[in-house]
Amino acid sequence: MQQQTSILKRVIRALGPLPWIGPAVVLIGVVVVWPVVTMIQSSFMKISRFGVSQGSNGLDNYTKLFDEPDFGGVMFRSLVWVVAVVTLTVLISLALAQLFNQRFPGRRIARWAMIAPWAASVLMTAIIFKWMLDPEVGLINMILHDLGLLDALGGADADPLGRASTAMPWLVAVAVFVSLPFTTYALLAGLATIPADVYEAARMDGASRLRTYWSITLPLLRPALTVATLINVMNVFNSFPIIWAMTHGQPGYSTATSTIFMYILKGTDIGESAAMSVVNFGMVIVLVAIFLRVSKWKTEVS
Amino acid sequence: MTTTEAARPAAGATAGRTASPAPARRLPRIRTVLVAATAYLIAFVFLFPYVEMVLTALRPQEELLKASYLPSVFAWENFTAFWSGGLAGNLLVTLQVAAGSTVLVLLVALPAAYYTARHAFRGRMAFLVLVLITQMFQPTALLVGIYREFFQFGMVDSIWSLILVNGGFNLAFAVWILHAYFSSIPRELEEAAFIDGNGRFGALFRITLPLAAPGVVTALIFTFIAAWNEFVVALTLTTTPERQPLTVALNSFIGQYEVDWQNLFAGSVIATIPVIILFVLIERKVVGGLTAGSIK
Repeated sequence: MQQQTSILKRVIRALGPLPWIGPAVVLIGVVVVWPVVTMIQSSFMKISRFGVSQGSNGLDNYTKLFDEPDFGGVMFRSLVWVVAVVTLTVLISLALAQLFNQRFPGRRIARWAMIAPWAASVLMTAIIFKWMLDPEVGLINMILHDLGLLDALGGADADPLGRASTAMPWLVAVAVFVSLPFTTYALLAGLATIPADVYEAARMDGASRLRTYWSITLPLLRPALTVATLINVMNVFNSFPIIWAMTHGQPGYSTATSTIFMYILKGTDIGESAAMSVVNFGMVIVLVAIFLRVSKWKTEVS
Repeated sequence: MTTTEAARPAAGATAGRTASPAPARRLPRIRTVLVAATAYLIAFVFLFPYVEMVLTALRPQEELLKASYLPSVFAWENFTAFWSGGLAGNLLVTLQVAAGSTVLVLLVALPAAYYTARHAFRGRMAFLVLVLITQMFQPTALLVGIYREFFQFGMVDSIWSLILVNGGFNLAFAVWILHAYFSSIPRELEEAAFIDGNGRFGALFRITLPLAAPGVVTALIFTFIAAWNEFVVALTLTTTPERQPLTVALNSFIGQYEVDWQNLFAGSVIATIPVIILFVLIERKVVGGLTAGSIK
């Protein structure tokens, strides 16, 4: 009898957290875990264009994907895309954080202005850049024309998004533009944690400005830098609206990354698209694992 | 010595709240001017596309396809025309999705964050790691799975599927920031209110929640903006034009030619400017929530 009540008590105690964290677990289950399972299943199934599954397809979706003539190019472009956008973002943000960390009148307002691309929908920013690059009336083309850098409006030269060689740099530029605010703010938060007396000591020792930055600021900024970089890698790898709004991955697949390719495949073959998603997801898992290793989440949780 | 004393209040007043006067005094004036000028220029670059967005939205229709830097007159009627155009319905969908997701996130995140901050229990660590992992995931990577799932549920084109997905992917931010707030409120405060006869829930609602209000507001605004701006999931899960949020509707505008372009830009201004202003309100707290568990 006594034993029974103690078991009952233990069960009740074990279930105690359920009303509190249960809804969150269910929501994560429905929206995150379930899609992962469905996606992996779908990648091994034959699915009609209308979404009806027609049984197992073995590894055919994967072999079809890997045999796509554009697959290699798309994967290589995704890599270049992530490396280019994140490297440029981090380097420029380091400079911006240094600048906005100085004291000057109106600093708060200048920092607020920097928020705009972060708060605004990435899609809207991409649409407005596409508009500014319009061959006929785009503002950027008009400025280039008036500066004598562009011969005439309306021609092929005035359509940078029409060719892969000029479209890609513009896509990278827009991606960097929308990534700068968060990265700069994260680095500013990191700079704020560096105590002033460290700099005082360096000045006493007669260290130069550059030397101080290299030997004191950068090493102390490393945790913020690492996390900001990883979050950026994740965001840029999963980036979709910029390319979708500005070029749709065209001409051909010449500006498509793996997420764009996955979305285009979804229109013709959901199974193959699921295979592409699983490949993407594998890379995301690797990135999450790296994040969990380098971040100090444990100290915050406990 | 006297000059330093005299300069102090002035330097402190201009440099603002956190200023320590001594370094500001030492800074050569010309350098401050250069720094400020560069910063203002950069601030302008960041605002530039949005200024152009507003200027385009204010162009009279006949000037939209004219290569001129500025419109000859500001056509404010473009905004009134937007309300009577078809896109107003899409704005309503956006509003419903954003509001619904925000309510869902608060209902789910508040109890979870409170309980994990107050109690040690088996599975607490596992739960927090699960939340941290979902924070790193983005719907784009799971798009095909999300589509297949809601297709099977028969929930394609439904506002509820968008609310669920937006809620789920923004839950992590809310849990982290609320967890941090609840952890920072001393348990004794709550105990005292409890002993004073307020009851467990009275103590929670009268003491703890008001103290965590800044965190709640931050989570609320952040979720609202994220759901408001969301594009990829909505693009995948909605097919009927009237059921699409504004982002998807505006994007499908681009491909067409015989349309009222200024509707597109009036719509993008309405979709963009309010969230930029909202974001300024929570700017100081957002970095902490996004990099939770990392910068300390």
